[in-house]
Amino acid sequence: MFLNHIYLIPLFPAFGAAMMLFFGRRLQKATVNAVCVGAVVVAFLFACFAVVEYTHFAHGTGQPFEKIVYTWLGSGDGHLNFLKKDGTAAAFNADFGFLLDPLSAIWLLFVTGVGMLIHIYSTGYMAHEGGYYRFFGYLNLFMFAMLTLILANNYILMFVGWEGVGLCSYLLIGFYFHRKSASDAANKAFITNRIGDAGFLLGAFTLVWYLGSFRFTDINALARSGHYLVGDPILTAAALLLFLGACGKSAQIPLYVWLPDAMEGPTPVSALIHAATMVTAGVYMVARSNAIFVLAPTAMKTVAIIGALTAIFAASIGLVQNDIKRVLAYSTVSQLGYMFLALGVGAFAAGVFHVFTHAFFKALLFLGSGSVIHAMSGEQDMKFMGDLRSRIPITYKTMFIGMLAIAGIPGFAGFFSKDEILWQAYTKEGSAYHFLWLIGFATALMTAFYMGRLIFLTFFGKPRMSHEAEHHIHESPKSMTIPLVILAICSVLAGWLGLPHSLGGSNRFEKFLEPVFAKEAPMMRAEEPAQLAAGKKEEEHTDPMEYGLMILSVGAAVVGLGLAYRSYARAGKDYSEPIAVASPPLYRVLYNKWFVDEGYDYIFTGRRKLGDVRLGVMGAGEASSWFDAKIIDGAVNDAGWITRAIATLSSWWDKWVIDGVCVNGPAILARMMSYPARLFEWGLVQWYALVMVTGLVGFAVYYVWK
Amino acid sequence: MVPIATLHYLVVAAALFVLGVIGVLTRRNVVIILMSIELILNAVNLNLVAFSRMWGNLHGQVFAIFIVVDAAAEAAVGLGILIAFFRNKETINVDEIDLLKW
Repeated sequence: MFLNHIYLIPLFPAFGAAMMLFFGRRLQKATVNAVCVGAVVVAFLFACFAVVEYTHFAHGTGQPFEKIVYTWLGSGDGHLNFLKKDGTAAAFNADFGFLLDPLSAIWLLFVTGVGMLIHIYSTGYMAHEGGYYRFFGYLNLFMFAMLTLILANNYILMFVGWEGVGLCSYLLIGFYFHRKSASDAANKAFITNRIGDAGFLLGAFTLVWYLGSFRFTDINALARSGHYLVGDPILTAAALLLFLGACGKSAQIPLYVWLPDAMEGPTPVSALIHAATMVTAGVYMVARSNAIFVLAPTAMKTVAIIGALTAIFAASIGLVQNDIKRVLAYSTVSQLGYMFLALGVGAFAAGVFHVFTHAFFKALLFLGSGSVIHAMSGEQDMKFMGDLRSRIPITYKTMFIGMLAIAGIPGFAGFFSKDEILWQAYTKEGSAYHFLWLIGFATALMTAFYMGRLIFLTFFGKPRMSHEAEHHIHESPKSMTIPLVILAICSVLAGWLGLPHSLGGSNRFEKFLEPVFAKEAPMMRAEEPAQLAAGKKEEEHTDPMEYGLMILSVGAAVVGLGLAYRSYARAGKDYSEPIAVASPPLYRVLYNKWFVDEGYDYIFTGRRKLGDVRLGVMGAGEASSWFDAKIIDGAVNDAGWITRAIATLSSWWDKWVIDGVCVNGPAILARMMSYPARLFEWGLVQWYALVMVTGLVGFAVYYVWK
Repeated sequence: MVPIATLHYLVVAAALFVLGVIGVLTRRNVVIILMSIELILNAVNLNLVAFSRMWGNLHGQVFAIFIVVDAAAEAAVGLGILIAFFRNKETINVDEIDLLKW
């Protein structure tokens, strides 16, 4: 029953958002809470029941449950037919269809679960802020879009959700819209996302042109049928385009720049959207398209490399940031890099597992930081915190657990998932993957260091805040601390779901996801059974190398935490950054985020000029306007000048030649010729007489001479 | 003494004729021009009479009578024109008849 009405799950928060849109202004806070938080709670419970029903439905085969509610685009009569690449006709079909399989089940549970906790937290955090109903309306709208994205059965409906979460991200980052920095950050997020969206759409359309359908089930069936070769160029292109979309949404290089600025939004927004849910949409999409990616090893390599580079790059920036939320933002980018590294080396289940655990401990860390900021009366700079552990004990304890989780200390969630990724990266065939493992390993060290730094600067050491701030420090209300505690418990327990074989567990998480992911690309039919049998056998053995790597990772985490403890745990008012002491230029580069934003301003947006020249979009604008003013208008002006010159020439010709010569000429000629003729009619009588006499004499002479 | 032949008469007539022409062409006074025209006519008369004597018949003399009549009529008309002219222009200077001059 719950499974059949799975389309209701996104509609509960949509209803909440609609209520806020129409009636929000007039409602009491309590009513807003009841409607919006209630909607997400109902969605969560519904989702739980639906997933339970699904497990009965699928009996472990992982067969997806698909339900099409309404045919949106395309129809049976074929008037939206188009030609595929191979010339056959295919029907364009995008429907409101919902797909529940192990992958979307996991996402559904943690999105609604963490979303529910964050909604409850927000009732406490936003209690004193204006625009209360607007905030919850946007949050519910976000949940609606995210759930649509997760449950969609085709790329087009997924894109509706994709765009929706981008929109809500914009609305929520720019929640304090009267602050220019906030609205700038919102613009940056949306525009950067948009660039990725172009990639997503192009990828989806390439797939439909090549394969003939948008639906995930159809695409998976076609891709795994063996009809397409590994390394197919069009599938590689489609995969790379889809990955570009994922880069935009999940903040990978080069489109990660919006996420740190997105911290302008309220902390629950950062927790929900930019830690637990929206940024994982890219990972979800790539995991969904795993059948395509597996057929495109080049694309997978690209994903892995960019993931690893992003991980270490963002971690390096996080080492020296002072704003508590910014450290967490870079940490998110870095951990997302881990997830893509996992997807790129083919360890899809490990990547999804890391998404799962990361959602809990990152949401915990963000909500905890929100609690800290709440206690510090709005101060976000860690330079002015310190010695808070006795004053806000619940926040301290939960955040400490979150820090242990992300650093990868055994027993906590992050350890199992991160370790699985590093192990899969190390064991993939090809020596280059060892290098990727090394990058992941170095990042783990840096992660432990900067998270330790965050905790020690905030909670340990001597108090560095002003006296009025010190007096105001208080623990957050229960609505905020209870979600923290719940998330802390999850941060511990969630990891045990994916306990690997090497440590005696059965890795239920990976088993649950097995039907979704194709382990290897489809080989020649004959080899398949033998290949699968061999593969299965390998899984059961535990390579001693795995233990070695595990010990190395734990060692890295401990070393990182130890270094952080040494540098920051006793920080007084004038503590110094060890990196700044060791190498001031390096510190400057890291503090300024490797000057990437400035670089983008020079190259892509054109907000800064290179000398006299402006590049990028604004530079193109300037160049166009120069071209228009100088060359096109110049041409127009020259045409005008030429016309005027011709006109002048024409008028000269007309005045002097035509009028002068042709018209006046004959007149003058006539007048000149008339002079003698006039003589015949002088008007003088005696002249006439003379003429007569002359004639007479002439005659006489003539006759005489005759 | 040379006997007076026809030639002498013709020469006299020619002389008179030329004088008359000169008078018509040269004089400013309209009356004098009319008188000169009479002189021309009379010279012609003399010429005709001389030839009449030469040929021994009266043809010349008859034609001379015609010319006399014509001269009389012409004089009358000419004087009429002269008077009309004088009434308009208050002068008898033929140089001042130049309304047709450009």
